This record gives sequence, structure tokens and C-alpha cells, in this order.
Amino acid sequence: MKMWNTAILGTAMAVLTTTTALADGHGCAIDAGRVSIIGNEFPAIQTIGATAGECAGIEFSSNLTADHQTLNVAGMTGNPAEYTTAIVANSSIVALINEDVIRPLDDLIAEYGQDIPARQLITVNGQVMAVAFMANAQHLVYRADVLEEAGVAVPTSYEEMLAGAEAIRAAGIMEYPLGGAYAAGWNLAQEFNNMYIGHGGEFFEPGTANVSINNEQGIATLEMMKALSEYMNPDFLTHDSNATSAEWEAGNVAMMNMWGSRIGNLMDDEGSEEVVYSNTVVGGPLMVGDSGVPATTLWWDGWTVAKNISDEDAAATFQAMAHAVAPTTLNEETMGQAVWLMDGYTPAPVNEGVLASVAAGSRPYPMVPYQGLLHSALGDNIADFMQGNESAEQTLADIEAAYTSAATEQGFLQ
Amino acid sequence: MKHGTFFWFVFPSALLMLLFIAMPIVSVVLQSLYVQHEQVLIEVENCSLFGCETTTSVDQEATRALREAEPLGRWAGLDVYLNRAHLATSEVAEAWSTRESLGDFFSGLYNLPFYRALAFTLTYTFIVTPLTIILGFFIAVAVNSTIKAVRGPTIFFSLLPFVITPLVGSLVLFWMLDARGILGAGLQWLADNPDLSVKASTPLMWIALMIYGVWHSAPFAFVVFYAGLQTVNQDTLESAMIDGANRWERIRYVVFPHLLPLVTFVALIQLMDNFRVFEPIVSFAAQAHATSLSIAIFTDLGGETRLLSSAAATSVLTIIGVAILLSPVMVRTYRDFGKD
Repeated sequence: MKMWNTAILGTAMAVLTTTTALADGHGCAIDAGRVSIIGNEFPAIQTIGATAGECAGIEFSSNLTADHQTLNVAGMTGNPAEYTTAIVANSSIVALINEDVIRPLDDLIAEYGQDIPARQLITVNGQVMAVAFMANAQHLVYRADVLEEAGVAVPTSYEEMLAGAEAIRAAGIMEYPLGGAYAAGWNLAQEFNNMYIGHGGEFFEPGTANVSINNEQGIATLEMMKALSEYMNPDFLTHDSNATSAEWEAGNVAMMNMWGSRIGNLMDDEGSEEVVYSNTVVGGPLMVGDSGVPATTLWWDGWTVAKNISDEDAAATFQAMAHAVAPTTLNEETMGQAVWLMDGYTPAPVNEGVLASVAAGSRPYPMVPYQGLLHSALGDNIADFMQGNESAEQTLADIEAAYTSAATEQGFLQ
Repeated sequence: MKHGTFFWFVFPSALLMLLFIAMPIVSVVLQSLYVQHEQVLIEVENCSLFGCETTTSVDQEATRALREAEPLGRWAGLDVYLNRAHLATSEVAEAWSTRESLGDFFSGLYNLPFYRALAFTLTYTFIVTPLTIILGFFIAVAVNSTIKAVRGPTIFFSLLPFVITPLVGSLVLFWMLDARGILGAGLQWLADNPDLSVKASTPLMWIALMIYGVWHSAPFAFVVFYAGLQTVNQDTLESAMIDGANRWERIRYVVFPHLLPLVTFVALIQLMDNFRVFEPIVSFAAQAHATSLSIAIFTDLGGETRLLSSAAATSVLTIIGVAILLSPVMVRTYRDFGKD
């Protein structure tokens, strides 16, 4: 965590750098080349995309969409690749590495990237494969007024959250005081991951692709998720992060586990009443059981450079993206959009949850080549248990069987 | 027409069909028979701002060599078709041999992704198709008997559900069915149950999806039948009236037989369309309650790791399913033509 502290402590000095850099305008001119971005769609990434596009002398295009994962591998496999850079997270970079469509960045860093701080470099097997620009994590968000009215202390664990939810319900304040991105599919699987890690579980037998989640921790995980869902709106299986945020802004939820990158929207004065946004407070990550590991995962978002493009395009892409993640990108408007990793970042209250998650020793989302297959298998099967259609053991057995058949097809298992 | 002339006449479309229909199918079939190479995994050290950890990664050098040696992948034969995500032969056999009752066997079957998807797909197809035809027919008869002045606007409004993009149309219905939407709240009021939620109940979700299906495609059936109604022989209708046939009898014995070939046509198109049900499940966020074969393909391709062989196998099974569904109608049409 040393790097992290350096990042925060270095703030004052970097503010100075920011001002000087702003004085020479955009400060990004590239001789020639093509820059084409594929990435997810949320405010911080839109900022990065727009800033890269400021560079003079390049042929620029960007495709920022929630469907980026289904497009990036296909769009980078051809030669020359359609996209010269993909903005990815620690989960989605794995697919690009598996398919061998991104290039190591060491040469480009030596030539153009001396200014990029070492903490932003993501290395795989000793080679830099991505440059991270922000950190993200899920953590507690709560309504201070509701908790106070019900006499509930701010929870630090899911067990306390359950007790608090019962107190709020008993006090007649809210029928469904809890929220969460529990939509069947990716979101639900992610909540399982959080809770399973929080229970101290390991997803695979060490050093192999053999899944091992049908155990005590797996059952405890599912049961905790089910217990929480009793206090959620009955439609919870259709609520993704967007719908959960909308529920929050409508004032229907008092406590939830939510992405740090989405808190800005909840705390601004758009979309909700004053009583909701002014009482929206960020907490730390929640614990569960007695493992001592928070029930959340750490994420970074960063950019890569495609392998199947000319060296000229790669150089242009690298320079444009390096410009986009330079300290100059930070200003009043963009500062609160994320927990930025650039020098000059000053944490705002909205970002405290992510910082607390890092400080509490949370584990990063695992970067193993077969984690994505398990994530899909989890997303397809947990809903059955949540609806009470089958036992936890049966659901876990189904997940393991679904994963095993997919991993066999992909050649990870024999 | 001379054979030579005929050949040159159909040549362009035959070529296009070969290129854009036959070739992709061949490629999908081929893909479904191969799987990924065995992955060569190596232990690596990954470092990020959160610290360093030892983990596994794919060995690119070794994998590249394997790919160059066998570009199609590893030959798997029918393995993908028979695995748990598809026909699940061994799981079905086990469910059969360990069954306590027939119901137990079916719940074991329903626990397997392919059969679960098939159950919804078939239910949807066999309920939505006839309802679409019946509703479309009655709208056509009703519109046909309104006065000429309002007929234009009536046709326009009846067509709207079909004009709206499926994804958008189903999203609109999805929000109306929300517990706080007009239809959802109305249902709660009707059932006198404030906790009733369409999105939380599997049976209600199935019904909502099917209602959407009928709502969306009834206008298609309507337009076809309405066109057919314009060609009903007026002399036959008049003589039926003189013979004392009432309105129902005229529809039953004159109009309906006249439209029968069109029913076959609509049934054919609707069976195909409904078997590929996809958009409403996405828009309704109904994956927890209902999956279809198309959804299975979509999730295979949409995950962080794409399962191309699995998606290809499901596609081939979908083609086979459509062929089986259409065969009775096709055989019938073929016989009818044979009679002429």
C-alpha cells in the first residue's frame, strides 16, 4: 500500500504541475497515426476518451459503450486491428491477454512515457501490459437520516447490515431498506465474488483451473445473499447498478453496497430530493464472517495498445492515451469522477469508500485466465437459489458443472 | 422457360444465398465440431497498484505454435453437442436412472441449461403463434367492416406495435409492468395484493413475455389477413347471405377457407420468429425467469471469455429445431402444390 500513500501525499506538489501544464494548452501534438478507442461508458472513461481526442495530427475515433467487452476482442483480432487501444479493467484485460491481441508497452514507455508514474503501470510476467488511470471498488453507502431515525449504527459488516435492516423495517420507515446490484447475470455473480472472498473462500484449487466453490464458504455466501435479499425490493433480480442507483435516488433504499465510480451521481443534486442526496454518506467496505478480508474486490481501469497495428499507430495511440492520463486531465469538473491515479488527484468525499476499501486490505479481482468463465457460470445459476427453487448445494454443484464444461471447451481443463 | 434462361435468371440470388446463408452455416457447423487448443498455462507475477501476486497466465509463445499447427482448434466431434451446456446426454441419463418419479426426472431436466431454454422457447412458440394468428384474424375482420373513412387511421394504429423496434417496445412494457408502473400498480390493485410483482414471479414473467409476443406480432398477421380479405369473392359472400348465412357462418364457411393458405404462411413465419425469441427477455431483464436458445447463444458470446464452439453448437441445434418445427407445414405446402 506504500504506492498508494505516495499517491495521496504527492497531491500538493502535483497541483503545481497541473497549473503549469495547463498554461501550454493541450500540449499534445503527434506527427501522424490512427487512434481508435474501445471502452466502457461512464463519466471518468468519457473524460479519458475526450482528452485523447484533443491531440493534434491524429486520425481519431472512439467507441465507448457498455458492450465493449463483446467488441474489443473481435475488434482487435484483425490485422490491422479496428481498435488501436482498449480501455479495460483487471477482469477484462485477461481476455485480451488470452487472445494475444495487446502488445507489451515497455519500449513505448521508454520512448514516450517517462512521465507516467510507476504505480500506474500494470505488469504481467515482467512486461507492462496496461497503464491504469483509476481505482474502483464496491463499498457501503447509507442514508444518515434513516439510520439515525431507526437508531442504527453505521454497519461495518453484513451481519450488522442485516440487523440494521430489520430495525428500519420494524420502525416502519422502509419495507425494503436494502439495495444492491443483484440483477441475474454479471452483477449477481460479482456480489457472490465479493461475499465469497469476504468469507475467506478460494475460487480454484491452488495452481489449477479446477473450481472449488462447493464448500462451507460457498454455502455461507449464498445464504447471506439470500438473507440480504429478503430486505430488498422483490424485483431485485432485475436491478443492475443503474436500476439500483435509481432506487436509491428515489429514496427507497437506506443501505447498499455500491461501486465507487457511481457515488458521484448519487451525491449530486440531480435526480433526487434534497433529503436523499444530502444524507447520502459513503462508508467503508463491509466485512462478513471472521476471515478479516473485506467482502469486496479492488479494481483498476486502464488502457492497452493493440498488437496488430503498425508501430506508427501504436506510437500515436500511446502518446494520445498518455496525454489523456496526464495530470492535466484533472480539473474541477473531472476531479470527483473517480479515484484517479495521476499526480495531482485530491480525494473528494465521494471517493472515500474506494480509498477505505484499499486501506482495509481488500483483495483485487483475480486476474486468472479462467475467472471470466466462472463469473459467467455464477451469473447463470445463482438466480435459481435466490428464488428459492433449489438448495445452496445444488446451485453450487450446478455452477461447478457449468464452469467445468465451459473450461473444458476452452482447453483449460482436460 | 428454357433451362439456360432459368439458370441465369436465378443465378444472382442463388449466388448471394450461397455466400450469405449457406457458407456461414457451413462455418458455424465446422466451428461447433472444434474446440480451443489445450491452454498452456504458466505461472507469472502480476503487479498493479494493489501489489504483486503470483498467478497463472496463458503462455502466448506455446499457444501460438499450437494455433499455427492446427488453425481450426482441437477436433472435438460431437463432444460440444453432448456436454452439459447442450444436450447433456450423460446428465439426462443419470437423471433418468436416479429418478424417484417422472416429476423428479423433469425437474432434473429443467435444471440443465439447454432443456430449460428449450422449455421456455417451445412454450412461447406454441402459445404465441396461434394467439397471434387468431388475434390478427379478428383485427383484420373488424377493421375490414369499419366504415371507409376511419379505416386508414385504424390500420395505422393497429400496425404501430409492429413498427416499434422490439427492444424499445418491450422496454416500454417492462416499465409499465414495474410495481410502480401503471400496469404493475393496476395489477396490484386488481389482485388486492400490494406485494405482487411481475418481475419477481416466474409464471407472471412468462405470461408478460407471451403477451408482449402476441402484442408485437399480431399486426403482422393482421396486415396479411387484411390483404387477403380484399380478394374474397363478393359474389360468393352475397349468395351466402341470400342463402341465409349469418355473419359468423359467412366468416366460417367463406372467408376462413379463402384465407387458409395465408394462415399457413403466417404460421410459418411466426414459428420461425418465435422460436428465436430474444429481445423481450433482454428488455424485461428476465434471465432469472426465462432463457431461450438465442439467449444462450448471446450469453456464450457476451462473457469475458467467448465460448465460440458452444455458441456454434447452440446455433446448429436452433437450426435443427426450426427445421423440425417447420417440417409439418412444409410437407403440407409441398403436398398442396403437388395437387395442382
